[in-house]
Amino acid sequence: MNRKNSNKSRNPNKPTLAFYFLRALACINKKTSMASYNQRSGTIKRAAYASMALAAGPKRAWSRAVLCRVLWWGSSRLHGFPTRRRPRAFFHRRVRVADPKLREPSKADVLRRLVPGAKAMDLSRLLEETAHYIQYLRAQVLLMQNVVGSVSD
Amino acid sequence: MSSRRTTRSRQSSSSRITDEQINDLVSKLQALLPEAGIRSNNSMPAARVLQDTCNHIRSLHQEVDDLSERLSELLATTDTTSAQAAIIRSLLM
Repeated sequence: MNRKNSNKSRNPNKPTLAFYFLRALACINKKTSMASYNQRSGTIKRAAYASMALAAGPKRAWSRAVLCRVLWWGSSRLHGFPTRRRPRAFFHRRVRVADPKLREPSKADVLRRLVPGAKAMDLSRLLEETAHYIQYLRAQVLLMQNVVGSVSD
Repeated sequence: MSSRRTTRSRQSSSSRITDEQINDLVSKLQALLPEAGIRSNNSMPAARVLQDTCNHIRSLHQEVDDLSERLSELLATTDTTSAQAAIIRSLLM
């Protein structure tokens, strides 16, 4: 019974995902003050992650972490705070050159960096969160592909 | 195995995480990967599964970035009402 419940909660609810994302897109579209193309694509990207996290609900650590980041980003820009000190460079991923002196991180540590909110998790919880995160990421990518496909037709 | 290394450093007194549980989770993760259908049903080593998972997540992040850029381009150039109508039509069908 536990497995069935976990499967049910794991499968992303596609209409909910679509609803949140499309609502965000409509808002973004209305704001004509966003002149720069880079700004708008960044906003769309954050809207995508935020709608993904909203659809996933607060029960997952990754969804809470993503929403925190999006809200932090939004509030800091609203109040004009300098965005130099970001909690993590999640929305602006830089290519890091590996320091050869440091020990190479284990695969689990690399995964912890990729999955939001997974920094201090033990391995079993990390694997569960990763599986959930991948399912929602995939559903979000499919949704965005559908939207792009229908708009460009 | 990587699980042994991590359980050594995390001696959680609350719940003992067995290797079997870890293997179970790793195989579930393997099933989610895009190459799941191509490879045989035999379990891959955990390190390989984690590596593939990391690569898959990175590629999904990259896809989201690319799709956001494309959407941003498209929304700038297309007419709003027809775009909205097209989206809703495609999602309802």
